[in-house]
Amino acid sequence: MQHGRYPFIVGFLILPLTLYGVFVISPFVQAFHYSLTDWSGVSPDLSYVGLQNFQTLMRDGLFLQALRNNALLLLGLPAITVMLALFFAFLLNVGGAKGKAGVQGIRGNGFYKLAFFLPQVLSVPVIAVIWAVIFDPTSDGLANSALGWVGLGSFGWLADPNLALYSVLWVLIWGSVGFYLVLFNAAMSSIPRDIFEAALIDGAGRFSTFVRVTMPLLWDTIQTSWVYLAILSLDVYALVAVMTAGPGGPDNSTQVISLQIAQNGFQFGRAGYASAMGVVLFFLTLIIATVMLRLTRRERIEY
Amino acid sequence: MNAPHNYSRRVFLQRAGLAAMAVAGSSVLAGCASGGDGEDTVSGGGADKSAENPFGVNAADPLTVVIFNGGYGDDYAKFHEGLYTSTFTEAKIDHKAITDIRQQMQPLFNAGNPPDVLDNAGAEAMPISTLADTGQLTDLTPLFDADAIGQDGTAVRDTLNPVAIESAEYASKPMVLNYALQVYGLWYDRAMFDEKGWEPAETWDDFLALSEEIKGAGIAPMAHQGKYPYYIQQVLMDMAVKHGGPEVAYAIDSLEPNAWKNESITMAAEALLEIKSKGYMLEGTEGLDHIQSQTKWNEHKAAFICCGSWLENEQKSVAPAGFETTVAPTPLLPGAALPFDCTRVEAAEAFIVPSKAANQAGGMEYLRTMLSKEGAAEFTKLTAAPTIVNGATEGLDLSPGAASSIALIDSGGDNNWNYYYGIWYSPMDPKIQSAVAELAAGRVSAAEFTTECQKAADETASDPATQKRTRS
Repeated sequence: MQHGRYPFIVGFLILPLTLYGVFVISPFVQAFHYSLTDWSGVSPDLSYVGLQNFQTLMRDGLFLQALRNNALLLLGLPAITVMLALFFAFLLNVGGAKGKAGVQGIRGNGFYKLAFFLPQVLSVPVIAVIWAVIFDPTSDGLANSALGWVGLGSFGWLADPNLALYSVLWVLIWGSVGFYLVLFNAAMSSIPRDIFEAALIDGAGRFSTFVRVTMPLLWDTIQTSWVYLAILSLDVYALVAVMTAGPGGPDNSTQVISLQIAQNGFQFGRAGYASAMGVVLFFLTLIIATVMLRLTRRERIEY
Repeated sequence: MNAPHNYSRRVFLQRAGLAAMAVAGSSVLAGCASGGDGEDTVSGGGADKSAENPFGVNAADPLTVVIFNGGYGDDYAKFHEGLYTSTFTEAKIDHKAITDIRQQMQPLFNAGNPPDVLDNAGAEAMPISTLADTGQLTDLTPLFDADAIGQDGTAVRDTLNPVAIESAEYASKPMVLNYALQVYGLWYDRAMFDEKGWEPAETWDDFLALSEEIKGAGIAPMAHQGKYPYYIQQVLMDMAVKHGGPEVAYAIDSLEPNAWKNESITMAAEALLEIKSKGYMLEGTEGLDHIQSQTKWNEHKAAFICCGSWLENEQKSVAPAGFETTVAPTPLLPGAALPFDCTRVEAAEAFIVPSKAANQAGGMEYLRTMLSKEGAAEFTKLTAAPTIVNGATEGLDLSPGAASSIALIDSGGDNNWNYYYGIWYSPMDPKIQSAVAELAAGRVSAAEFTTECQKAADETASDPATQKRTRS
């Protein structure tokens, strides 16, 4: 049996590994290579410029502004999305009226799940266009009329440099909560009911059940979600490109790294410089993912 | 990413005005730019040259034509191809109409087998000044020197609007054929103005008085496509250049020190601030995109909107019956150097013959066919856009918008002007646009605006990766 095992394994792996090598590893290697050149992107000629692209990056005001904006999204998106998704998932699972059947979800549970999940089905540009229309800054825009009804006046939303990035953040959260709600919901339903019931019998309220029972048992899922959302907040290209003024405006308040990469690489004919930005983004993502996984590591609870 | 059609249309128009003038000095990049030297080394020739076949096109050589299938469609190209094959009956034309020019063409350019003719336009156009600087374009001098079709021995260059020659040049050589003319100005509904007894104002004071009257009638005097500051920027630049003369634009394009700190730019900036502070802008217009703002203008929520001559065609399905899209030049600031009836006229829709094309001679012959009066008239008929070919619209039945654009091209004559920094220095362009947006929203003063623009220009001037160009 032992004999012939390795050719068998290799036979299985050769196709996926080749695909992975060609479509994932090789672009990364090429980006590192091009980041050291002045390649225009439209001509086979290029020359090596060493680390000059990276030195220019340190002084590029727009790139630094984009970094700051990505940092704000990185702070806001994972935290708020995970909290909201956890809260809603908890309500759907164990938030129902206490009663005869012990612990149960609230009524209409399936409908809420569907409603929250719906944004996930739409493509990002569609979401961006929908919200750009909702955020119409005139007083007859959708969001502004609604606020006008309750007497809150009207806002500039995406047209206001102080609000634009938060408007983008809101759309990101709106688009993500549904998926993580369903994810957490699935994880919660795999927790045995009797644990909740035991907690209930021991006199735990909803809040302490959530903090002392649900959260620890979901920790692995939360950790993974956090890292995914962090990576998402470092991208957001499609949303910003379609939704914001400019795009990246007003006053560069919604510039993000990915937008700078696209502009430099494709519109300005500076593919080498854009590759250098890509390399920086690669290391940022790597560091942030590693740090987050380390910081949030806890002992795994078996049940 | 899939850009919706209208989105790409907008960027297409922004990117379309590809152009250039003489390069200051010659650089290493420009040195390798011209590939072959002169007409004798172009590929695909070889047949006997004659007045009918000035580039010696070999009738049997196939021709690859790639057209940007955007706002102008590709029907006009099929007509031009028909003209070409009626002369070279054996030639097989490979016609491609695509929208994602860059994605499809970039690998071909990098591999050295690009098409023979490329209409490099649209949101996904390749950066034209980079193509020119890296030697990817054929020197079109033989084309401009050749006899124009059906014009009794007149050279092609003498049958074209001067802006076509000006915008074609990179490193003192014509490299790009910008085929369509675009006219910028303030657009209004002639029918509504007639009904209310209004007339577009010629001076700034009259413009303010007219705006007050329009505002009194419950209509916002001005709207702009605030999400894309490119549009309102045209008003600013036009008023500044008409005040200070074309030298204002030359200085900016040449990245001269303090070009933006010019008195004319400051006055035009203050004029925009005055429109905003007096409440003459449509409320919230700085956050609207082109579809939203132009629709509100069609609904008579605003009297004027700033745009280029594609506006009428773009709004065709939205404009109510009886709406007469008409262009007016921007009003004159006190002490203006240029007359009222001129404006920014830009040549756009960049046709190129790649230097590594297999049939350069055929590519140039195809462009010569496009520049025949017959070819140009058909383009205008199909797209409602004028071309760079002089007199090609005579006798055509034109819509009100096209007729008023062509009237403005004619009345402006040599006073019509153009700027090129957006195409020449693409990284500088979004910085200026961002500053214009802040100005139009009234969030900065005129002095802060010119300082911000000057900073962007100085950064560009000191950037070693930017190819500097000058004009005068």
